[in-house]
Amino acid sequence: MSEFVYLYRSGARATRSPEQAQQEMQRWMTWLKDLTDKGHIKDPGHPLERSGKLVTGKSRSVTDGPFAEAKDVVGGYTLVQANDLDQAVKLAAGCPIFEIADGTVEVRPVMRMG
Amino acid sequence: MDLGDHLFRRESGRLIAALTRVFGIHNLALAEDVVQDAFCRAIEVWPFRGIPDNPSAWLMATARHRAIDVLRRERTARTFAPEVGRLLESEWTLVPMVDEALAASAIKDDVLRMMFSCCHPRLSEDAQIALILHILCGFGIDETAAAFLSSEAAMYKRLSRGKKQLASSNHLFDLTDADFTARLSAVQRALYLLFNEGYHGASAESAVRAELCREAMRLTMLLIDHPLTATPSSRALAALMHLHAARVPGRLDAEGNLSPLFEQDRSRWDSTLIEQGLALLNKSATGPEATEYHVEAAIAAVHARAVCTEDTEWNQIVALYDMLMTIRPSPVVALNRAIAVAQSEGAERGLEEIRAIADADRIAEYPFYYAALGELEHRCHRDEIARGHFHAALARARNPMEQRYLQQRLDSCR
Repeated sequence: MSEFVYLYRSGARATRSPEQAQQEMQRWMTWLKDLTDKGHIKDPGHPLERSGKLVTGKSRSVTDGPFAEAKDVVGGYTLVQANDLDQAVKLAAGCPIFEIADGTVEVRPVMRMG
Repeated sequence: MDLGDHLFRRESGRLIAALTRVFGIHNLALAEDVVQDAFCRAIEVWPFRGIPDNPSAWLMATARHRAIDVLRRERTARTFAPEVGRLLESEWTLVPMVDEALAASAIKDDVLRMMFSCCHPRLSEDAQIALILHILCGFGIDETAAAFLSSEAAMYKRLSRGKKQLASSNHLFDLTDADFTARLSAVQRALYLLFNEGYHGASAESAVRAELCREAMRLTMLLIDHPLTATPSSRALAALMHLHAARVPGRLDAEGNLSPLFEQDRSRWDSTLIEQGLALLNKSATGPEATEYHVEAAIAAVHARAVCTEDTEWNQIVALYDMLMTIRPSPVVALNRAIAVAQSEGAERGLEEIRAIADADRIAEYPFYYAALGELEHRCHRDEIARGHFHAALARARNPMEQRYLQQRLDSCR
């Protein structure tokens, strides 16, 4: 088993009716529960606030976020376990994020020590 | 863990009503944004960190946080509710004001106020119901459009016009206002129509219809919970909804086909709802006023008490329809009265009554007008004529369920 990080980018917040919002949440819960039941979730991770600060350069200059276009902002992450990159990608394909415009999941293998 | 059905819908109405008290009705869009934001955060947080023990409280806390943020940031740029404007100017009073508005007991009042605000006399009844469904029941524009079989563009127009009207009233309707009585009857009427849309409406999807009925009942029970609005007519309206809702399980047969009252399996009627309805009707019988809701509830009660069609006291029902015709005459009421006459005095008499309906042209597109004619002609063994009526009814069927039902009646005439 190898470890992978999913980085979620969901783009600008879409307008949803309350019912659509609840259904979207339900789809996320179902997807994550399925991965958990199959032993793929190492750490469900955390959602991230959309804005923050950026510290750059030798001078450690501090600027306000957002740092990029809305669609490039990482909204959260999850640490998963899978046999290989192929399987990690296949599992990611079930993520409900793809049902909204601009939604992406970046799948990155965690580097192994030694 | 599963969220309750339609939790977000219900919370949406409560939150918008409460926030509008602080922001002012002219900032309705801002209140909607804050609620939208709370839902977005819930989608982002709950799947990863688990559903909170009290989801409603979580949403409320998130909206509160965000509202305070907005008030601080836009304190100088915008005017908020005139009633509380002063309190929002100082940091000392701002937070307590928001907390007071978001307290559970205040929210109940706010929902009522919003309901009364939506029933502005300058808005058409259609617009009033659409606003209630959209703002207080959390139906999105497309969902509201679907509930009334209207196009999304038309509904968008209707709702934006309604919201503009709302925004132009300076504050939420004050329940102690002098116009209160007039508004209360408009509110009751809107809830009645909302219920009817669910019960008799053209939408074929039974889930939508059941939900409209449920929402109308939920809001009507709010009227009964408040001393100012718990009038005999509000109770009668609630009774009427309970007694009708009790029959819903019997309206469809095992194959999901429409089953007329005469043929329904009455053991499938909901006895709890019937009991509650009868109790409400009992309690509504105070004061001098007999409203249309009293009479309609009384008619439903006669049906609910009868074990079967033959056992129904049709004379009593005819008498009640006579009463209804004096309070709120309409060709649909006259049609129902004629059907009751047919039950008690025979099909020929029923046909006479149908032919005597004034303004029958107003129900010329109503499929069950022709279905009733067909039914009675069929009982008089004039199947040829009956078939003609059923054909006319079929041509006006509004959904596949009505179509199947009318086709089956047509086929029974040979």
